[in-house]
Amino acid sequence: MATLNINGVPHQVDVPGDTPLLWVIRDVVGLTGTKFGCGVAQCGACTVHIDGKATRSCVLPISAVGDQNVTTIEAVGESASGKKVQQAWLDLDVVQCGYCQSGQIMSAAALLSHTPNPDDAQIDAAMAGNICRCGTYPRIRAAIKHAAKEGA
Amino acid sequence: MSQGLIQALVSSHTVPNLPRRNFLKLAATVSATAGGGMLLGISFPAVSEGKPSQAYSEGGSGKAVFSPNAFIEINSAGQVTLIMSKVEMGQGVYTSIPMLIAEELEVDLDKVTLQHAPPNDKLYADAMLGAQVTGGSTSIRTLWQPMRQAGAACRTLLIAAAAKTWKVDPASCHAQSGQVIHDASGRKLGYGDLVKVAATLAVPKTVTLKDPKDFKLIGTPARRLDSPDKVNGLAKFGIDAQIPGMKFAVIATSPVFGGKLLGVDDSRALKMPGVLQVVKVDNAVAVIATNTWAAKRGLGALDIKWDEGKSSHVSTADLVADLRQAANKTGAVARRDGNAAKAYSKADKTLNVVYQQPFLAHATMEPMNCTVQIGPEGCDIWVGTQIPTFAQGMAAKTAGIPLEKVRLHNYLIGGGFGRRLEFDGVVQAVKIAMQVKGPVKVIWTREEDIQHDMFRPYYYDRISAGLDAKGKPIAWTHRIVGSSIVARFSPEGIKNGVDPDAVEVSSEPPYDLPNIYVDYVRQEPRDVPTAFWRGVGPTRGTFVVESFIDELAALAKIDPVKYRLDLLGKTPRLKTALELAAEKSDWGKAVSTGRGRGVSAMHAFGSFLGMVVEVSVNDQGEVKVERVVCAVDCGMVVNPNTVIAQIEGGVIFGLTAALYNEITIKHGRVEQNNFNDYRMLRINEAPRIEVHLIPSAEAPGGIGEPGTAAIGAALTNAVFAATGKRIRTLPIGNQLQNA
Repeated sequence: MATLNINGVPHQVDVPGDTPLLWVIRDVVGLTGTKFGCGVAQCGACTVHIDGKATRSCVLPISAVGDQNVTTIEAVGESASGKKVQQAWLDLDVVQCGYCQSGQIMSAAALLSHTPNPDDAQIDAAMAGNICRCGTYPRIRAAIKHAAKEGA
Repeated sequence: MSQGLIQALVSSHTVPNLPRRNFLKLAATVSATAGGGMLLGISFPAVSEGKPSQAYSEGGSGKAVFSPNAFIEINSAGQVTLIMSKVEMGQGVYTSIPMLIAEELEVDLDKVTLQHAPPNDKLYADAMLGAQVTGGSTSIRTLWQPMRQAGAACRTLLIAAAAKTWKVDPASCHAQSGQVIHDASGRKLGYGDLVKVAATLAVPKTVTLKDPKDFKLIGTPARRLDSPDKVNGLAKFGIDAQIPGMKFAVIATSPVFGGKLLGVDDSRALKMPGVLQVVKVDNAVAVIATNTWAAKRGLGALDIKWDEGKSSHVSTADLVADLRQAANKTGAVARRDGNAAKAYSKADKTLNVVYQQPFLAHATMEPMNCTVQIGPEGCDIWVGTQIPTFAQGMAAKTAGIPLEKVRLHNYLIGGGFGRRLEFDGVVQAVKIAMQVKGPVKVIWTREEDIQHDMFRPYYYDRISAGLDAKGKPIAWTHRIVGSSIVARFSPEGIKNGVDPDAVEVSSEPPYDLPNIYVDYVRQEPRDVPTAFWRGVGPTRGTFVVESFIDELAALAKIDPVKYRLDLLGKTPRLKTALELAAEKSDWGKAVSTGRGRGVSAMHAFGSFLGMVVEVSVNDQGEVKVERVVCAVDCGMVVNPNTVIAQIEGGVIFGLTAALYNEITIKHGRVEQNNFNDYRMLRINEAPRIEVHLIPSAEAPGGIGEPGTAAIGAALTNAVFAATGKRIRTLPIGNQLQNA
């Protein structure tokens, strides 16, 4: 039995310690906003924050989480950068199918939390791990800049 | 999936147990009215046309619901629910269809609630596709009028109800923001207060649509209605279905196409934590567990014996050799104007080349999945599908139960691109669920999703032309060789041996070609399954036609834009689009060394596109797409915001494939596994994309696929401009590095 602190709520879960955080969030805790895309940290759909740092939950065993704070898309709006990013996504109508967007928003929110005014290279570096098959990249880039402008 | 495939799909007989197709009469009687709007005979399937609607029932919420047709429900609290006959997979129909209804119904877009339609071909069949199918860039083309009529019919009833209540002439009232207003007295009644009376009134046989000059919503860049839930994690895709008592399944399908399951030793797997059961179906094994990871670990502990069948030696080279050989056969004639052979013999210059386009996976971000529960009450299916009625029919057949016992609950789709036009995943999940007590969610791993996709077929095109002394093409001969998806999907769509999808665009190039011969040779890739893929026939045909016309321009030593424009006399809308794309992209202005611009022009899906791509190629032969300029005439635009998004996304989808993607076969199995070896374009590789919409009063064209279909040739033409190297086999891959 492990205790995970997800979105500020402790969850007792009875699964082996090598179980990736993704499947515990989705199948055990029942929060489905975090998505399965590849299972090998190649697409970023499963991105969550571990103590504020963007992390691929599909390859992170829960034994490595310990008492760190896990934040998922459902609660990212409670942080200043998360809220700004979500609003920018709405203002610029970034989403298409939307499946990858939880991960995109988690990566973008983490970026803005430590780099309030990212340039193109910084956006590339932070976001290149997140695949969008619908091709919303131009709007993702614009929305991050839009969110940065709303900040400070 | 434009005209050719539509004809094919309309006559589909491949799916058993389906209700008769319902054909909407799109050719409604139209007459001008004094009010300036258009009076139309209703062309959507009315619930009870010309009779009291009697469509007043206690809704699920306990509130009374008024439902004058299958697309609108209004309850006594005034809440408006719109039923979506199309599925949302990113293309924006959950915004543009509500815009069409809300425009005529006179409700505010931010006040409506959306609901997925249940499977029902009688109510929700697409007029072009003949069934409740979302695909082929048809949604707005077919719903443009019926959805406005549905809204207008409902508005007419609500106004009549208010007029009756006030004992005034309906013509003295108007509707606005969910209310009916009596103009003279200023009295107002909300729609919720009117539904009871409205339900007693006869549904009108004709309705008056608004004059386009009075549109408040249509043509505006309205915000997507599906955005809020997609940015806060609440949006539900099929993979997010949560059913009480649900178990989780992960599968392994025979790695070799056509292989069968011989046997499985599950003794180790059954001892693993969380593993509940191992289920065998004809060509696959599923491990059922308490969560997906436990199932995946259990799968890894199975010792599976496959009968690899006759295909275990097959490689891509064998399949290409099949195609090359088939290209020597005479095909079924798709087009014959003049005498191409005779004209060719008199040509001043000739060119004869082969283009090859690889197998492709759809690689939707949401991997294939399906949740099924089978019990005494029948079968429940929770899945995101482009074909709800086909899936329902196949589930009933597979489970051996009547159609009405199958309840299909549709979801948002995390990427379709044609993959979810197929029911293989539903059938497999039903077979698994038949052996499992309670609901089970079957999830394909990414590796399974890529290796057991139904692939965009490999196509082999041989094309030749002869030019006169001025460089004009006087002879054009094109043989298309490849798999026929239509022959499997809807065999009656094959006419005189021609697959209309296979030859689309190729059989009707937009150019003036006095002597043209086009034929089609069907050659299946043995056991490799094939399916529609974004842009369908036009994606393959446009790559060949637009590459080849570029080659002819080079042969004639004429600028490729000018060369095309001179041949576009019969297609003025395309000419305009091409001219605009050239102008906006600085066509003709010098570029630096290592850079080049390429162009393509396309008429398909009822839309017209001119596209210019600018690339840079470095010393290592790596291609970077710098800029894409696209001029689009897609007729009247419902939502320019989503139209532009579809072009942006379609361009990136097409670039990904043309730059990187091919599925290859070795020892009868797919060699690619995941995104590490089936590469996706990423944000750092995405070009600047500029979309210019051409104002038009023509009927709307499709927009979900044109961007993908037009981009491939523009890209390789740009590579040619930059390097002098002509890419005739996709993807570009490392071809320039080896040069």
